[in-house]
Amino acid sequence: MSTAPDEATTAEHHRHPRPAPHPMPEALPLDLSELIADRQTRIVVCCGAGGVGKTTTSAALALAAAEAGRTVVVLTIDPARRLAQSLGLAELDNEPRRIDVPGAKGELHAMMLDMKRTFDDVVCAHAPPERAEQILANPFYQALSSSFAGTQEYMAMEKLGQLRASEQWDLIVVDTPPSRSALDFLDAPNRMSRFLDGTMIRLLTAPARAGGRAGMRLVGAGFLVFSRIISKILGGQLLRDISSFVSALDTMFGGFRERATATYELLRRPGTWFVVVATPESDALREASYFVDRLSTEGMPLAGLVLNRTHPPASIALSATRAAGAAEEVLEAGGEGAELAAGALRLHAERMSAAAREQRLADRFTSAHPEVPVRTVPAAAGDVHDLEGLRVMADALTGPDADTPTGVPRTRILPARHR
Amino acid sequence: MEPEAFPVRCHVVTGKGGTGKTTVAAALALALAADGRQVLLVETEGRQGIAQLFDTPPLPYEERRVAVTRGGGEVKALAIDIELALLEYLEMFYNLKRAGRALRKMGAIDFATTIAPGLRDVLLTGKIKEAVTRRRDGERVYDAVVVDAPPTGRITRFLGVTGEMAGLTRSGPIKTQSDGVMAVLKSPQTAVHVVTLLEDMPVQETADALAELTAAGLPVGSVVVNMATEPLLPEEELDRVAAGRLSGAELAPALAAAHVHDGAELATALAAEAVEHAQRWAAQDELRAEVDGLGRPVVELPLLPGPIDVGALFELAGRLEDHFRTEAAA
Repeated sequence: MSTAPDEATTAEHHRHPRPAPHPMPEALPLDLSELIADRQTRIVVCCGAGGVGKTTTSAALALAAAEAGRTVVVLTIDPARRLAQSLGLAELDNEPRRIDVPGAKGELHAMMLDMKRTFDDVVCAHAPPERAEQILANPFYQALSSSFAGTQEYMAMEKLGQLRASEQWDLIVVDTPPSRSALDFLDAPNRMSRFLDGTMIRLLTAPARAGGRAGMRLVGAGFLVFSRIISKILGGQLLRDISSFVSALDTMFGGFRERATATYELLRRPGTWFVVVATPESDALREASYFVDRLSTEGMPLAGLVLNRTHPPASIALSATRAAGAAEEVLEAGGEGAELAAGALRLHAERMSAAAREQRLADRFTSAHPEVPVRTVPAAAGDVHDLEGLRVMADALTGPDADTPTGVPRTRILPARHR
Repeated sequence: MEPEAFPVRCHVVTGKGGTGKTTVAAALALALAADGRQVLLVETEGRQGIAQLFDTPPLPYEERRVAVTRGGGEVKALAIDIELALLEYLEMFYNLKRAGRALRKMGAIDFATTIAPGLRDVLLTGKIKEAVTRRRDGERVYDAVVVDAPPTGRITRFLGVTGEMAGLTRSGPIKTQSDGVMAVLKSPQTAVHVVTLLEDMPVQETADALAELTAAGLPVGSVVVNMATEPLLPEEELDRVAAGRLSGAELAPALAAAHVHDGAELATALAAEAVEHAQRWAAQDELRAEVDGLGRPVVELPLLPGPIDVGALFELAGRLEDHFRTEAAA
C-alpha cells in the first residue's frame, strides 16, 4: 500500500482479524530401516550434490542392512581415504571385498569403482583377445576411458549392472560419482552412449569403414567442411585413432546405447529406490529439489530425503534470545565458572539460531515437495572414518523417528511451532 | 599493493567443491583491484556464481564491470561460454565464423568439445592466457586476472591439459596454442591458490592438489583457509572441555545466578553442547597444524554471519590484501 490509507480502511483492518498464517506442511517421516530390511528392495541409489556425504550415507545404510541380515554390497565411487582404508578398500582391485562386521546377521561387502578397469573389463569380456588388445592400446580409447566427462557415471552404471546380474547380493547400495550436478549421474551414460553410437562419430569415421562413401553422399558437402575443420583442429592422427577405435568397438557388441539403456532401465525396475542426500544449505537443497523433480519425471522411485549434517541443539528448553540474555547476566553476576557458563550459553544461543536456519531451509524444501519423506542426520563431531563412526550414522539413519534426546522427531531439527 | 612488488598476474583459485572458491576468487579480484587497478575475474564452470555474488544478471560471454574499488579500480567479470569461445577461435585462426555458425546448428561444436576431452580446457586456458597477455597501445589491459577454476580434483588436468592434448594431438594448431598457454601458466606470472576448510576431506584434497601441481611444474601460491571460526568458550578451558571433563553440575551455579531455572537437565545439555564444540575445535586445530605443515603461505578468512554479499566480499578482500602485501614484502 503506497498511498496513506484513510481512517475508515485502517479501522476496517482492526475489525477483521488477519487471516491465519498458512500452516507449514509437515514432512513425512522416512523409514529407511524398513526399506533396507524389505527383501523386495534390491538396489538403493544414494544421490545428491558433491560433498553432502553420499559415500558415508551409502556405507552406513549398507552396514545397517548387513546388520539386519541382508547380504549387501556397497559400490562406492570416491570414498575419503581414511574411510576406504578402514574398510579395507585401499586395494583397487575393482571387485567387492567382504568386510568383517562383528555380530552382523548378514554380510557386508564393499568395493571402490575403478572406472578405467571397469571399461577395460567391458572391452575384454566382449572382444576376442587380439581385438581387445588393439582397443586397449588405442590412444583415443585411453583418453576416453580415463578422462571423458561422464565415463565415471557410465562405468558406475555398468558396474551396477554387473553386480545385479551376478545375483550374488540381495541388496546393492550405490554411491553416485561426485559430479558438479546430481543430475549428471542420470544423464552422463546416455550422453556417452549417444556420443559413441551417434551419427556424428559414424559419419566422421565413415571413410575407415566399408560403405563409407554411401554415407558421405548422404550428408554432402557441408559435412566435408566439418570433417576438414575437425581434422584441422584436432589433427589427422586423432581422427584415425577414433576411427579405428569405433570400428573395433562396432563389431564387438551391439552398440553402447543398448548397454546404457539396459542399465538405465534397471533403475526403473521395482525394487530400486533412490535416496536423495543433501545438507541443510540452500545450494545442496536446490540440487536435491532438481533431482526429486527429475526422478518423478523419469518414473524412478524416490524413497526420501536424507538431510545430512544437521545441528540439532542438545536442549530446546532455552531459546536463542533467552540464552544470549542469560550469558550477559552470568557475566554480570561474575564468580567462579562464570566465563565458562557464559560461553556455554552463547554457544547454545548460536546452536538454536543455526538450527532455526536449518529448519527453515528444510521447511522450504517440504513446502515444494510435501510428498517427500525426510530423515535428518546430525553432524558427527569429527569425520566418519571407521566402522564405529558408520554405526553411529547408521543408527541415526535407521533409528525410530521419535527416539531422540530432546523428543524432536528425526524428521525435523527443531519442533514444529504450533500457534 | 604496489604493481611491481607482486609479480603474479594470473591468479588461479581452486579448492574442493563447497569450500567457497568462487567467493574467494571474487574477494581476491577486489583486493587486487584496489588503488585503481584493472582486474578480470574469469568464470570457467558455467555456473554463473560470480553474477550471483555480485548480484547482477547472468553474465554474457563478454567482459562486464561488476565492481568498482577505491582509487578507481575496476573488476570486470567474464563467464566463458565454450561454444562461443570455439567460434571465436575458429574465426581467429581460420576465418571460419560463418561455417562455425552452421556447425553449431548441426551440434558439431558440442561434438568437437566432447570428442577431445581436453579441447574444452584448451579453449578456457587459451582465453585466460589471452586476457593475461592482452595489450592495448602497448599497455597491459589487465593488471591481474583471477580465475575461478575447476575444483582441486580436476585442476592439474585443467591447467596441464596441454600435456593430455599433446598426447592426442601431436601436431596442428591446438598443439601450438597449448604450448603458448603453458608458457604463461608455468611462469612466475601465475600462482595457483588452493581454498580449503578446516575439515578432513578438503585438507586432504589440498595436500594432494599441492603435490600434483608441484609435480606438474605449475606454480603454487597460497593456501586459503575459508570460513574459519573462533571458539566461543574461554581458550584456556578448551582442552579440558574437549576431554569431556565438564558436567552440568559445574555450570548449574552460574546458571542459577542468572535466573535460568530450567533445572539440571538443561545444564547437562549445555555441558554436552560445550563438549561437542570443544571437540570440533580441537579437531580443527589439528587440521590447522596440518595446513601449516604444507609449506605454503596460509591466510585465514573468517566465517561471516549471514549470506555473502558485495559488502562481505570487500571485508574478505581486505584480509587478502593484507596477506598478499605481507607475502610480497617477505
